[in-house]
Amino acid sequence: MPAEPPIEVPSRLSEAYALLAAGPIVPIAGGTDIMVRITGELGPLPERMLDLSRLDALEGVALELGTLVLGARTTYTEIRRSALCREHLPALVGAAATVGAVQIQNRGTLGGNIATASPAGDTLPVLLATDAEIVVGSHRGERIVPAVAFFPAYRRTALAPDELILRVRIPLLTGREVRFRKVGTRRAQAISKVVMAVSWRSHGKTAGWSDVRVALGSVAATPIRAAGAEAVLEGARPTPETADAAAEALAAELRPIDDVRSTAEYRRVVSARILHRIVRDAGSW
Amino acid sequence: MTTRTLPYPPIAPERSAADALVVDPGSLTPGRTRGYPLRREGPSKLTGAAKYTDDLIFPGAWYGATIRSTEPRARLLAVELDPDADWSKVVVVTAADIPGENLVSAIKEDQPVLVPIGGEIRHHAEPVALLAAPDRETIRRLRSRIRLVTEPLPPVFDPELSDHVFARYEIGSGDLEAGFAAADVVVAGEYRVGHQEQLYIESNAMIAVPAEDGGMAVYGSLQCPYYVHKAMRKTLGLASDQARVVQAETGGGFGGKEEYPSIIALHAALLARRCGRPVRMIYERHEDIAATTKRHPAVIRHRTGVKRDGTLIAQDIEIVMDGGAYCTLTPVVLSRGALHSGGPYRCPNVRIRARATRTNTPPNGAMRGFGAPQVEFAAETQLNRIAERLGISPAEIRRRNAYELGDVTPTGQTLRDSVAAQEVLRLAIEAADFERIRAATGRVAVERRGSGEVPAGRLRSGAARTASGIGLALGWHGAGFTGSGEVHIGSVASVELTDDGRVRVLIGSTEMGQGTTTIFPMMVSGELGLPSEVVEMAPVDTAVVPDSGPTVASRTAMVVGGLCIAAARRLRAEVEARNGGRPFVEVYRDDAARHGRTRVDQRFEPYPGIEFDDATYRGDAYPAFGWAACVATVDVDLDTGEVAVRDVVAVDDVGRVIHPILCEGQVEGGTLQAVGYATIEEIKLEDGRYLNDRLATYLIPTALDAPRLTTILVEAPFSGAPHGAKGVGELPMDVGAPAVVAAIQDAVGVWITELPATPERILAALDVATRPGEVRSATAAGTAGTAGAAGTAGAAGTA
Repeated sequence: MPAEPPIEVPSRLSEAYALLAAGPIVPIAGGTDIMVRITGELGPLPERMLDLSRLDALEGVALELGTLVLGARTTYTEIRRSALCREHLPALVGAAATVGAVQIQNRGTLGGNIATASPAGDTLPVLLATDAEIVVGSHRGERIVPAVAFFPAYRRTALAPDELILRVRIPLLTGREVRFRKVGTRRAQAISKVVMAVSWRSHGKTAGWSDVRVALGSVAATPIRAAGAEAVLEGARPTPETADAAAEALAAELRPIDDVRSTAEYRRVVSARILHRIVRDAGSW
Repeated sequence: MTTRTLPYPPIAPERSAADALVVDPGSLTPGRTRGYPLRREGPSKLTGAAKYTDDLIFPGAWYGATIRSTEPRARLLAVELDPDADWSKVVVVTAADIPGENLVSAIKEDQPVLVPIGGEIRHHAEPVALLAAPDRETIRRLRSRIRLVTEPLPPVFDPELSDHVFARYEIGSGDLEAGFAAADVVVAGEYRVGHQEQLYIESNAMIAVPAEDGGMAVYGSLQCPYYVHKAMRKTLGLASDQARVVQAETGGGFGGKEEYPSIIALHAALLARRCGRPVRMIYERHEDIAATTKRHPAVIRHRTGVKRDGTLIAQDIEIVMDGGAYCTLTPVVLSRGALHSGGPYRCPNVRIRARATRTNTPPNGAMRGFGAPQVEFAAETQLNRIAERLGISPAEIRRRNAYELGDVTPTGQTLRDSVAAQEVLRLAIEAADFERIRAATGRVAVERRGSGEVPAGRLRSGAARTASGIGLALGWHGAGFTGSGEVHIGSVASVELTDDGRVRVLIGSTEMGQGTTTIFPMMVSGELGLPSEVVEMAPVDTAVVPDSGPTVASRTAMVVGGLCIAAARRLRAEVEARNGGRPFVEVYRDDAARHGRTRVDQRFEPYPGIEFDDATYRGDAYPAFGWAACVATVDVDLDTGEVAVRDVVAVDDVGRVIHPILCEGQVEGGTLQAVGYATIEEIKLEDGRYLNDRLATYLIPTALDAPRLTTILVEAPFSGAPHGAKGVGELPMDVGAPAVVAAIQDAVGVWITELPATPERILAALDVATRPGEVRSATAAGTAGTAGAAGTAGAAGTA
């Protein structure tokens, strides 16, 4: 392994902001993505690094006025163990449980998953499906970016070079259901072939769904929302006809690719079937 | 004897972790479990004290690196060093620096140690130049400043289109045409298997240390010290005593450290010779997967004639193996493949045609099973399809055809003893409750199809989310080397009573996690009447131990173990004779004090009555066979095609069980490796380069993917060996994959004829099988299988 880049370890956000403003510097939290790059095998080393481990402002899970707030440095293990997450957003707990192995879950963070912006990031479809907001900060102040707008292109984020991800805010809506499903090559430590989160609000047996979100990973260059499938499901009840139409719409709008993990055809068909299954289970038919 | 291991019951916590006794590693004493010795090297591995190659420190050592081709085929015109870079503090070695022959010692010596200028680059990861430097950073900086000037040549990637044949065999018996004429039904099938990576935990590693007399020692992770020794003599022009090979603790091999360590040792030694100091060549995982050998891919075609009652009457089998760019061990892999390709079944009229050809991909080599897992997947899937066609149970068709004592194989070998095919089959069927469960899965499948819900439309889920299935396979594995291999090698093993009264075993067989250093003291101590703990193992160092042959072919316990038992018997007789016939255990210490050292060298002698003609491929291909049956139970996710292998019953006849726990460990590990081969392990290629050459992309089963395993060991001893052992390492690898594929078919109704049976292939096959207006057994789909392409691989072809 080549020599480590110099590492800055600020203990206050203002110091971190100043270091970022002086850039270029690469933030590191759990390091589960960055450390792979540090072997120098997969591209150039970062020139300097910003260790986030002493920034307490990035920690913690809290409930604030109907919003679940997770610090950027919240690890997958903390999400899995968090009573608040388990009660209010079990789909996020489910997603965290599918990331890597236990060791990775102990180190890897929600903020890191967002910053890496992999199209296969396992928590990202949950954030998109729950209208999560990413709070970012810099010496210029804080701003809020909706998760759906945070991933403009392949492995790109809406972050300016001097900005840091601070926390994630997830509004908790009454009557909302969220489902998560990951399809990987094996049962643990697998990058997903398809990862999906679906959410909706139901208003009793006879009324249709509202606020439907269908979000997917590993089927495009970024995590995406599937507008066509959402349009079919919005206002509809979870009947066989609805499920068929939503699955057809999803298959029609997805443009996945062949890669080392799977094929475009498999991803398209399986995405449609998983959505169909979720609607079927919701409708209990 | 049958020993039976059931899955361990969940351990009930008797006390909290805080109360648990903390054992100081230094205080560990030899213990026993279930009455058998603990693994000898276990404590040092568990405590981190074990020294693997990369743990060895040689002061002043430099780091070595290999500059490889990045093209599948080209003429090498020049190796250029960037004149703007500083080359004064490093050494660079090319083919011109090789003192001896620029060839890696092997069966056919076609592989250069480094491609010479003007020579042909034949694969994407081929070594062209070597670089050593005092630190890794310098290597990283300078390796990109070495430029290979090449002229591209047209590559060949399809083994069936290659006109360069490494080896060809034809085996025949009876009258094939008459056999087919007498058949009631003829079934044809084509089967494909891809590469498999051994994926030992420790990647390949070698350190070369130059000696003052011009000699060279290498310390490394390896299976076969004398292969490396021979390669060093040849390429470095060393005398026998100038070349020394020492095995460091080795973290797994599975065949992957059979031949490739010779190349790494030569590379390290060439650099060490050039810079006059030790050189470390420690492969990172990426280089290890990208460059070192894999299991041979193969295409296998069967045409089988059967009577209506399931009796086999004619087998016509064609095998094409992809050897990769150089010959390596391909002829022997192909030979074992050809000899096992009919499966463990009597058939009077057989033709087996096998060839292995050259392609511009990294060379393929040894991996656990050595040609047999490929062909036995094909043979078993073929037989299961025949059973389906005839409406006979997979168990029944095997009972009717499996070899019994006195049957004759296609090479004319009469099976004279140690034939346990029927016994392992019966035990597996009983232990797994195969017939009852299969009847139940069959009923569910009929109901599901009758409901109109499944097969669902392509974009819909069905009422049932998963389907369960159960599958059966039977296999055989020739014990030890093929044909006259053992006679040609003439292995030696030694047992000595040292002058200070210790008993020591000297063998060149290596410990790589399978238990060599634990079972040899057991075998020898048993003959001498001593507890196994007092018998020592000499270090595997060619300066100390004799050439006991390579640690391959499941031959260590069987062949080398037999030699050690014979040596121990001679030692005991000699010592007891000069001590008035008093038992060895009472007199050996005094004897050593009085007479000094007594060493017995035992050389291999042919097993009586075993004869094979390498030229005609007639006779006893193996001295004996091990027999294995496997029943797998799977759940297939009907939405995604994901396969969960739930339960496996593995029944293996190993001749003689020496250490039941280690033996079961071999069966469990081999079975899990077969589950990976069956379901997820796959190398994808583009222009002859492996696309998934990292641990993040070449996936093997994790603990969560492992089935519940029930292991049953059977002992049908081989009369030619003093202890009856036939070996265990490879046997379980042969039967797991066809059992899993049969279980998938039982669950969802389609035959997957190309390994691995990925969800992509399963959904594609289901799609073909359920498309309206199309015949279910689509031959076209079965032949198309391009790895990774959508919807091409699939259902089996039938006649």
